[in-house]
Amino acid sequence: MGRERLARYSLAGPENQAAVDAGLAGGSWFRSAVPRPRMKQLMRRSDGPALRDTAIWFGLLLGLAAAVIALWGSWWVLPFVLAYGILYGSSSDSRWHESGHGTAFRTRWLAQALYQIASFMIMRDPTTWRWSHTRHHTDTLILGRDPEIAAMRPAKLARIIANLVGLVDVPVAFMLMFRHAAGRLTADEADYVPEQERHKVYRTARIHLGVYAVTIAVAVIFRTWLPVVLIGGPRLYGACMLIVYALTQHAGLGEDVLDHRLNTRTVKMNVVNRFLYWNMNYHVEHHMFPMVPYHRLPELHEEIKHDLAPAYPSILAAYREIIPAVLRQLRDQDYYIRRELPPGAAPYYQPSAAADGRARPLAPVPAA
Amino acid sequence: MAQWVAACQTSDIDPEDVIPFDHAGRAYAIYRSPGDRYYATDGHCTHEQTLLCDGLVMDDVIECPMHNGRFDYTTGRALGAPVLTDLRCYPVRVDDGTVYLDLG
Repeated sequence: MGRERLARYSLAGPENQAAVDAGLAGGSWFRSAVPRPRMKQLMRRSDGPALRDTAIWFGLLLGLAAAVIALWGSWWVLPFVLAYGILYGSSSDSRWHESGHGTAFRTRWLAQALYQIASFMIMRDPTTWRWSHTRHHTDTLILGRDPEIAAMRPAKLARIIANLVGLVDVPVAFMLMFRHAAGRLTADEADYVPEQERHKVYRTARIHLGVYAVTIAVAVIFRTWLPVVLIGGPRLYGACMLIVYALTQHAGLGEDVLDHRLNTRTVKMNVVNRFLYWNMNYHVEHHMFPMVPYHRLPELHEEIKHDLAPAYPSILAAYREIIPAVLRQLRDQDYYIRRELPPGAAPYYQPSAAADGRARPLAPVPAA
Repeated sequence: MAQWVAACQTSDIDPEDVIPFDHAGRAYAIYRSPGDRYYATDGHCTHEQTLLCDGLVMDDVIECPMHNGRFDYTTGRALGAPVLTDLRCYPVRVDDGTVYLDLG
């Protein structure tokens, strides 16, 4: 039952067309009403906040890297390694995300540059993941369409736990790099990456592999782990917060819906987490209005919170809900968290009975 | 053959903004540049048909509100992924405070 259910997530299977036939692919999603003049203010771009935050981020990375190099060989290096690892292996995800959207900066080349750097750090091909994330926004948690569902039903718990230290993501990333360097895509990637974009994938993979080859060569020649600890290694030992943050986005919530309030979560976080996560904790707001830059998301939250279930007060509060829900979904794949909206909120948008969050019934297998 | 259609008043569009215009079952987008010039394109993004009137205008660029794809609305040129196909543009003239599009 679990294996059959998991097969439904494949973009190369029959669920892809079934989602199209059900009107869930490229569907019309609910949006809270925000007056155009106010939305224009919220969408407005500037380079300042992202330049400041990126300077701080790179400054911390360089400073911590210098400390790691200076203290290498001593146990005192460990806290600096951990801090460096989280900034590199976890925080690069939010930089990848925001710069991929193009909203962090007004100046496009700044966003592109940060996107390329963050993509390398997080071990994602910038082209395939741009298109993957585009599909994720079009068809968020639609079975057979969304390639970025982190917690499926039933959840691959061993994989999720192993990825707290990148033990699945990193080998998969390298397998993909080798595949891409050889000029090939996966079946899922071929579903959403246009033909004219694919040469970039092959080229980038060769560049990334070249950097890792040099890193490993330097480590071997000088007989030290230090180069790997600084480049690539953080994607393993520094990945924990990436998973902790990412699962708060959609885990345990509705599938096959056309209302982000049913499949996405907003979680209040402290200033440190919001710096590391670049305000992606305002995830309902981000999905509903992806053109609003990260530094305006708190304002957008204030603008639309009357239409949303209350934001979770903390990461801990979110996980008090996520963990039991994901565990329950191991045996009951129809179960999902459905939160009550506050009085006066626009009702949940459910254009069909199938779009209630459980996921539509399994597509019938054509007769032989 | 030209087919000039009255679309809106100049005062209907703020500077550096966009409004929708529907005619004969088709959607268009009308822009007012920061320099007070007027332009018109098809109303849907060429990527996944999202309405551009909900997007962000910055200088000569319209950004789609769904996936942040950008076009130069003065020429229709797609400026990079995820938009790969140019927007169709329409000639515009302003006459006595009214914006006209040539849909011929």
